[in-house]
Amino acid sequence: MFRIEVSIKAGFPEPRGEGLQKDIQDLGITTVEKAKVTDIYLLEGSLNEEEVRRICRELLVDPVVEEYSYGEASITGVEDSNVRVIEVAYNPGVMDPVEESVKKGILDLGIATVDSVKTAKSYYLWGELSEDTLQSICDKLLVNSVIQHVVTRREGPSLPSATYEFSLSVIDLLSMDDDELIELSKDRLWLDLGEMKQIQDYFSRLGRNPTEVELETLAQTWSEHCKHKTFRGKIRLGEVVIDDLLKSTIMRVTEELHKPWCLSVFVDNAGVIDFDGHYALCFKVETHNHPSAVEPYGGASTGIGGVIRDPLGTGLGSKPILNTDVFCFGPPDLPYDRLPQGVLHPRRIFKGVRAGVADYGNRLGIPTLNGAILFDERYAGNPLVFCGTVGLLPKSMSQRGQQQPGDLVVVVGGRTGRDGIHGVTFASGELTKESEAISTSSVQIGNPITEKRMIDVLLKARDRGLYRRITDCGGGGLSSAVGEMAEETGVRVYLERVPLKYSGLSYTEIWISESQERMLLAVPANCVDELIALFASEDVEAAVIGEFTDNRRLQLFYKDTLVCDLDMEFLHHGLPQLEREAVWEQPQYDEPDFPEPPDLREALIRILGSLNVCSKEWVIRQYDHEVQGSSVLKPLVGRNNDGPSDAAIIRPILDSDMGMIVSNGINPKYGDIDPYWMAASAIDEALRQVIAVGGTLQKVALLDNFSWGNPEKPDRLGALVRAAQACYDIAISYETPFISGKDSLYNEYEAEGKTICIPHTLLISAMAVMEDVNRVVSMDCKEAGDLIYIVGTTKDELGGSHYYDIHGYVGNNVPKVEPKKGKKLMDRLSTAMERCSVKACHDCSEGGIGVAAAEMAFAGGLGMVIHLRQVPLGESMHRNDFVLFSESNTRFLVEVAPEDKSEFEKSMNGLDFAAIGEVKTDEKFDVYGISGARVLSASIAELKEAWQKPLRW
Amino acid sequence: MANVKTLMLKAPGTNCDVETTFAFEQAGAQVESAHINELLRRQKLLSNYQIMVIPGGFTYGDDISAGKILANEVRLKLGEDIQRFVEDGGLVLGICNGFQVLVKAGILSKSADGGPPQLSLAGNDSGKFESRWVYLSANPTSPCIFTQGITTMYLPVAHGEGKVVGEPKILDELNVVLYYADETGNIQAGYPYNPNGSANSIAGICDDSGRVFALMPHPERFVRWTQHPRWTREPRREYGDGFRVFRNAVEWVKNA
Repeated sequence: MFRIEVSIKAGFPEPRGEGLQKDIQDLGITTVEKAKVTDIYLLEGSLNEEEVRRICRELLVDPVVEEYSYGEASITGVEDSNVRVIEVAYNPGVMDPVEESVKKGILDLGIATVDSVKTAKSYYLWGELSEDTLQSICDKLLVNSVIQHVVTRREGPSLPSATYEFSLSVIDLLSMDDDELIELSKDRLWLDLGEMKQIQDYFSRLGRNPTEVELETLAQTWSEHCKHKTFRGKIRLGEVVIDDLLKSTIMRVTEELHKPWCLSVFVDNAGVIDFDGHYALCFKVETHNHPSAVEPYGGASTGIGGVIRDPLGTGLGSKPILNTDVFCFGPPDLPYDRLPQGVLHPRRIFKGVRAGVADYGNRLGIPTLNGAILFDERYAGNPLVFCGTVGLLPKSMSQRGQQQPGDLVVVVGGRTGRDGIHGVTFASGELTKESEAISTSSVQIGNPITEKRMIDVLLKARDRGLYRRITDCGGGGLSSAVGEMAEETGVRVYLERVPLKYSGLSYTEIWISESQERMLLAVPANCVDELIALFASEDVEAAVIGEFTDNRRLQLFYKDTLVCDLDMEFLHHGLPQLEREAVWEQPQYDEPDFPEPPDLREALIRILGSLNVCSKEWVIRQYDHEVQGSSVLKPLVGRNNDGPSDAAIIRPILDSDMGMIVSNGINPKYGDIDPYWMAASAIDEALRQVIAVGGTLQKVALLDNFSWGNPEKPDRLGALVRAAQACYDIAISYETPFISGKDSLYNEYEAEGKTICIPHTLLISAMAVMEDVNRVVSMDCKEAGDLIYIVGTTKDELGGSHYYDIHGYVGNNVPKVEPKKGKKLMDRLSTAMERCSVKACHDCSEGGIGVAAAEMAFAGGLGMVIHLRQVPLGESMHRNDFVLFSESNTRFLVEVAPEDKSEFEKSMNGLDFAAIGEVKTDEKFDVYGISGARVLSASIAELKEAWQKPLRW
Repeated sequence: MANVKTLMLKAPGTNCDVETTFAFEQAGAQVESAHINELLRRQKLLSNYQIMVIPGGFTYGDDISAGKILANEVRLKLGEDIQRFVEDGGLVLGICNGFQVLVKAGILSKSADGGPPQLSLAGNDSGKFESRWVYLSANPTSPCIFTQGITTMYLPVAHGEGKVVGEPKILDELNVVLYYADETGNIQAGYPYNPNGSANSIAGICDDSGRVFALMPHPERFVRWTQHPRWTREPRREYGDGFRVFRNAVEWVKNA
């Protein structure tokens, strides 16, 4: 084995070393004077010295800025005794995403004798460091034991190259009593006793015991992740029994609205709507919470990689054109002594997740244009990572395909390894401090280039009509993908035909592995040669692994032995409907009793600088939001390209003027008071953003993503029911159908006997079709002398607000939504925006008028004066602070030129709206109170600084 | 010449080909995209085209370093074809990853006695991938075909490894086409105007003939006015700044 170490030459900057040094300083360790990071390549194969030198010189090393050393054994080149060196390598069996590329590069040099390539990194730290401190740096920054280890002695690359000896594994289920059934299920199948007994009954009727792979298949198919048992179950809340929550709330909206432009809803991997009569758009948002908690980079990158495959596997396949991401983390400055045991620090999770999403999305060339980041200490043990992808496809291909008996089962893309086993069942249980250990094999590392290759060639195969049906291999691996696709027909799969990354996998592992970057196709027999040749022409593997039958059975073979024989009816419909109890009781919080401060400047600055409100530019700029050339309204707008845009708009087809708007609404703080109004507010917010950027309510589709606690606990379930009911009530009134959604339950963290439940979190994503992108309105103020209007009523609704939060209160008056009134208001405002020249519009949300107005002013680089006495108010609103910071829904701030005043007012006649201020040249932000006295005066520069500073990392 | 035939080279990880194709088509070219395997297997021949483009992306994941693996593939397997293509009067454009490939393949960098290139593109000084808009100032004496008549441009960059590095002597001999600058044209404005710490604020270079041009910023991402980050607050213009790069190339081929 050859060990090659590549490092930056002296005299050149070392950004990675500097970054590491800064991260170490952030841990409070100040004794590291310098840090350096080097890349290690371990080559196995029969190579002579000249070949190794050539590989280094021509491939691994940049001749200008890098140098290398190589040898058989120890770390070389360090003579300084004041330096500590830590070499970190991947654990055996963890996919090394660089391996394949390096092998290809070596082959291109004409050297064909390298058998394996592994990479590692070495960290050099100069300065006084005790063993404990060094250990702490390793644990907190350098090593994630889930996937990596510190190399202590020179060892060969331990490839999991063991051979696999087949033996049929049968589980003696029939003889088990209840305790044994529970024991079998625990930490492996995650099924409850009732479900285990149902399986036992089934096999006892068959008169035989199940094989291991049959049990695993049932567990995956019946997992919460795949079957949404809670949402589909029977829930008793007080006197009411809800039979199928999903059907009676979310899906009911769509059914009752019956919009002709909803082309495919709740039946495919993503919801599909018509775009322009010729093309269609689909959208899916997924979570990848538990994997991101234990390995943030890998968890998040496979999260985005996975959701990209949803649109790819929708209809006959769509091209991914936009990504979204919403993250919920613990506070990045959380003291280590407040960190729950066994948990990575929120800052590390944040950085890892950000990097994972960016590296994957950027490499795939999909612009990441919309998102949000929220912080709450309750997310520390269980962060939330929502990733979304929009796809574009011909309307004629928007329906899910249907295979025919005799069609071949073809898996394309990446190979199958031992990565990601039990991911689905892992997601269906609570996290504990042992999760890290249990879940090692659940973690996956993504390889974006494998996915990109596959996408490029798949879309060619689609356009040539080479397959009849497509789906993604995601959670549950082949088990879920094949099992679901074959439900109506039946299938025979020959597991030894699945291409493997390395030998040694058992047939069960092959079947349930969640290896990334794979798709499943149903291919007519007469197309298969052309399909395989097409994939081969772009170096992508396509393998026939079985055929669809007409016997409605799932039959798996491993080298001629039948290892699984289940009937589809039992597999898909044998799961007993769940029955659960729910309770709901509105919590009561203290109402604040502090007096109104005479000066509101400090409050505004604190809210602007709160983590949930502040600028996310540091993250946004590390995503490519321009690729594909489609962006029309970017996430950062205004005079210096740094103001917070309300929504993103793209032009999906470059030579058309039609656009698509994407926005999101999320506010878990309201859920602490009442999840009903949290859900209502999230929908209202997502729709406000669509209107604010120049859209209309005419063709808006919604997605719901519930991230919730353990639904087996009645209070969590009661909250879920409340939120789902609001989804129906509000969306039906706004006439905006849901087209897809997902729930992630069991987001609780258990340590030291205490359970921490995340705040109930509902993300609403909206996708709207815009007729003409030339009508886009951005949120930044444009010109001094223009009028600022508020549209909507400001009420005493500060419960869950940022203003209460900075004073340490939650309160109870959560913002409500009056959807009938709201719809009228939004419709009229969008008509007014079409008719007259509205120059800027901004949605009023967190931090109320104060934050929205300040953001408009500093984004435009202009001053503003606001008169609170003009603001249309609800009952008992007498305090300036409440008026300025109330978070009432359905409100907008609008900038209108003086010459368009009467036209605008005429358009809005009869609604609650008023001119409340004016744009100024003097770069001052002044607010006058109800009595007419000035209550706030600040420069826009200091407000902007307060807003930008917290996450300017 | 009626049809200006442009070849859009694709390798695994290329991801700016669609919008670059659109930009060339808007400028009047006929564009064909070709997977690198099609060139290697002689299913498509460079000699049938007048312009060759290596668009942006992360070829082979930018593993090892940005563009390195494709650069080797191009150097070892297509080097002679490309050399002949350029000698025969063809135009070559490399954008972002294409710049990295052209430099690391030795096509846009001098090497002493056939040794390794003495010019490279290294990691940004910020240590980060960054997506932001930059002001560019064109070298008025550059022979570059693509930038004739252009004095300034405002374009987005999106890269993690865009810092031009080399010995001072090598840098002095470069045909610099574009510099990073501030709004006033000052090319010493520093970060973030120079987004990566590039030596001498170099953003784009060409060969002696002016027919091989490469740059880190993305002209294809600003061919229409609505791609400008401030189009909602500034007076409308007919085209984006990047459009002229493509039109220049197409016009030059037409008039050649």
